Amino acid sequence: MKEYQTITEISGPLVFAEVDEPVGYDEIVEIETPQGETLRGQVLESSEGIVSIQVFEGTGGIDRNASVRFLGETMKMPVTEDLLGRVLDGSGNPIDGGPEIIPDQRQDIVGEAINPFSREYPEEFIQTGVSAIDGMNTLVRGQKLPIFSGSGLPHNELALQIARQATVPEESDGDEEGDEDGSEFAVIFGAMGITAEEANEFMEDFERTGALERSVVFMNLADDPAVERQVTPRLALTTAEYLAFEKDYHVLVILTDMTNYCEALREIGAAREEVPGRRGYPGYMYTDLAQLYERAGRIEGKDGSVTQIPILTMPGDDDTHPIPDLTGYITEGQIVMDRNLNSQGIEPPVNVLPSLSRLMDDGIGEGLTREDHGDVSDQMYAAYAEGEDLRDLVNIVGREALSERDNKFLDFADRFETEFVQQGYDTNRSIEETLELGWDLLSDLPKTELNRIDEELIEEHYREDEQEAAEVEA
Amino acid sequence: MSQATDTEAVDEDGVIESVSGPVVTATDLDARMNDVVYVGDEGLMGEVIEIEGNLTTIQVYEETSGVGPGEPVENTGEPLSVDLGPGMMDSIYDGVQRPLDVLEDKMGTAFLDRGVDAPGIDLEKEWEFTPEVEEGDAVEPGDVVGTVPETVTIEHKVMVPPDYEGGEITTIKSGEFTVEETVAELDSGEEIQMHQEWPVRQARPAGDKETPTEPLVTGQRVQDGLFPLAKGGTAAIPGPFGSGKTVTQQQLAKWSDADIVVYIGCGERGNEMTEVIEDFPELPDPQTGNPLMARTCLIANTSNMPVAARESCIYTGITIAEYYRDMGYDVALMADSTSRWAEAMREISSRLEEMPGEEGYPAYLAASLSEFYERAGKFELINGGEGSISVVGAVSPPGGDFSEPVTQNTLRIVKTFWALDADLAERRHFPSINWNESYSLYKDQLDPWWESNVAGDWSDVRQWAVDVLDEEDELQEIVQLVGKDALPEDQQLTLEVARYLREAWLQQNALHDVDTYCEPEKTYRMLQAIKTFNDEAFEALEAGVPVEEIQDVDATPRLNRMGTAEEWNEFIDEIESDLEEQLRALY
Repeated sequence: MKEYQTITEISGPLVFAEVDEPVGYDEIVEIETPQGETLRGQVLESSEGIVSIQVFEGTGGIDRNASVRFLGETMKMPVTEDLLGRVLDGSGNPIDGGPEIIPDQRQDIVGEAINPFSREYPEEFIQTGVSAIDGMNTLVRGQKLPIFSGSGLPHNELALQIARQATVPEESDGDEEGDEDGSEFAVIFGAMGITAEEANEFMEDFERTGALERSVVFMNLADDPAVERQVTPRLALTTAEYLAFEKDYHVLVILTDMTNYCEALREIGAAREEVPGRRGYPGYMYTDLAQLYERAGRIEGKDGSVTQIPILTMPGDDDTHPIPDLTGYITEGQIVMDRNLNSQGIEPPVNVLPSLSRLMDDGIGEGLTREDHGDVSDQMYAAYAEGEDLRDLVNIVGREALSERDNKFLDFADRFETEFVQQGYDTNRSIEETLELGWDLLSDLPKTELNRIDEELIEEHYREDEQEAAEVEA
Repeated sequence: MSQATDTEAVDEDGVIESVSGPVVTATDLDARMNDVVYVGDEGLMGEVIEIEGNLTTIQVYEETSGVGPGEPVENTGEPLSVDLGPGMMDSIYDGVQRPLDVLEDKMGTAFLDRGVDAPGIDLEKEWEFTPEVEEGDAVEPGDVVGTVPETVTIEHKVMVPPDYEGGEITTIKSGEFTVEETVAELDSGEEIQMHQEWPVRQARPAGDKETPTEPLVTGQRVQDGLFPLAKGGTAAIPGPFGSGKTVTQQQLAKWSDADIVVYIGCGERGNEMTEVIEDFPELPDPQTGNPLMARTCLIANTSNMPVAARESCIYTGITIAEYYRDMGYDVALMADSTSRWAEAMREISSRLEEMPGEEGYPAYLAASLSEFYERAGKFELINGGEGSISVVGAVSPPGGDFSEPVTQNTLRIVKTFWALDADLAERRHFPSINWNESYSLYKDQLDPWWESNVAGDWSDVRQWAVDVLDEEDELQEIVQLVGKDALPEDQQLTLEVARYLREAWLQQNALHDVDTYCEPEKTYRMLQAIKTFNDEAFEALEAGVPVEEIQDVDATPRLNRMGTAEEWNEFIDEIESDLEEQLRALY
């Protein structure tokens, strides 16, 4: 390995060095500062004679006398099952004081794309115990379902609740014996630029519930170098792929906060003087994000799966901002947190109307959840949307001016928020409970209004007495 | 790719000078624009996109991690081409026509490895060739010399390649052959195989374009009924995320009455492509009852696959479509999504440090888009026959803002516009095609077909529906201010009729076994049933019946079940007579 002392330029996170032999694109670089500190970086552009290097830990302390070593390989993550229970920093070094990690394999962190032909379509329901998700925006194994949130909203609580409660109810196939406890579940937690306080919250919850044992935590904190954020999610996903496809775990990957990741992307783009795209974010942000999000999925012939819940805070609660916008185009739906619901004290404040799970339809129904699931959720969507519309009208003309039918929809919308969505972060509802609750609410509406539910299902589940009770009251 | 590494690579034509993501520059490479080259020791496939003095710029279709200066670049001297021949139906390709199932075999892993190549069609498989011409017949380019049963649905026609001279047949064979064996010889010395190659960036030659007069029946009420697409027409589906672009595209791929469907997943989700791969072989083709895959060719370049291959997948798809058009088939091509394609162009362009146009897109964005859509159309073929390509492009505007460059440049070209609406999608009104914003310029030229094949008064009934929906739109503004009950009774009734138009007719459940496909006759009859309600109800109103009583009639809510009714003819007959009877009984 050759060592160079040929740095010509240092600018932001970038270092340019002259070389006299070819260096591969994406190769890992070590830079030793005169103070004896070793920093790591990656080749961003390699030309005859000169390379540009992006330094993960920041370029502080580097001067033109620093020595540069090219390791001749792209960045690798040492993976092993022993990583479970460990806490690592954003570059993958243990920070929990535990023993050194002895890798089983070293895997390239820039994962290769899964051949679409080799994928298996995700259709196994994951019960999160949260009605707004299970009932209305069902999560399935191998899905990528982000939480769109805003500053000051309790997205972390929801993410923790999901991490704690997520199970796959009864493996009905019976082909996986000894699998009763919902098969082996692992959580990978990748934090990018979160505050130390938030990190403590997560760690405390992990320790309190014992979840840490089946988790791997990657921590890049707000005061850690921004460039490192580029690597953290890739380390997390590489570990996830290893556990899922080599060790048969069902892995849930929580990445927070993607907004910080994208900011880092923009920072590097600006330092490289690239032509910026929308709002200064690089034009390749879609491709870059896709390379992370698309690492969720199932593979034919493998028992494990990678499910992703990335969290992002929308700047100004604006879902047309490039970060949520590009994310929404790649992920299979989104769970949207709502500031209004939050101020009303609804826990979790999930607004189901703009939320969506694209893989829901194939993960629910007879044999998966329950026969009436699809119709019930469709009907509740429609009824809640109608109630929501009427609220605007009520503000103008008052409730008395509305017909009896309209009033029923208004009541439905209220109950939907305060009873169905509202459940608290410690309540774990089974899918049965969620659906029964749904029928409770729907039975307040006249049967003839339930035009999205199959007639037979209405006969089976509709609560006649509720309707009568409602009429007596009126 | 094996060519690059296996052959005694003595004639390394060039040397890598620099690497930056998918863009590589090389020196001393003697190449023409758009030549395919093999880059580096691993032989990654790439294409020449710029030549400046001794410096050649190459876009590489695979990941370039670890590739460095000094490595060799080998030129094939051929432009990026597709292999055309039997075996393309029922196939799934990546953006440069490598079959994904073969890649899985060759790579031995579920992940896409680098430096592996595979021909687009199986070169070893033998096909049953039946000649259609005899020795001594004179043939010209484009003429059919024989047929091959490609799938249960598709008869593949073996044609004289368009760049041949043609002449008299001297030898014609019959029996089982591989695609590389010669099946016919001409007196000009030319030999015809079942296999052709064609450069993707060049349109295959065809005669004049004709005005399309036949609709591409999609089985979707809002599309067939209000905003029809012609066979040989172009359409765009723009919509924000979550508005149902992909489902709409897939519905078209499943149910439209094209002979051949080419479905391009361009920079979209992996799981979505997997869904298509798993579903299509099991679904029956509504025309023939055979598996849908038997008439389908899939091109999957998902968002995490290399960006340069995303740029080329659109061309790969349209060239395959043109080849089947040349056989005289009606081809429908779905591209999901053209925005990802435009972004790929933007990414490459910015790495080349070209001067950007609007929002960082290259200045040639509009030209590239129109060049692509112009390859659609109903054509007179060079062999005198007729064939068509209909193109439906999804557009993913950032933030759902239709004023962005890709949507705007697309709208300048296409004649059918299906605007998807996030509001409608939020209230689960699917397909979420906004009836106020969408349009079709094919309406008038397709009306004669509807009138002679479905119903004589088709255009009148459709116009009635459009008028009611327009009126509702205006009334809704007032309702927002004063509430529905403050409106006069006739307007309240109009709102009620419009509600049925929306809920019973425009909405269609893609997941329901029956409702997912609606034949034109049913589309017409359902609309007619709502019109019956309208006519009868207004008569009752005029006779003094209060609007509430009209709304309470027991037969009307059944209108909502027409879509899912299996025996729809009887079901609609019954509703119509019940409506008449019950409404007339009120006065």
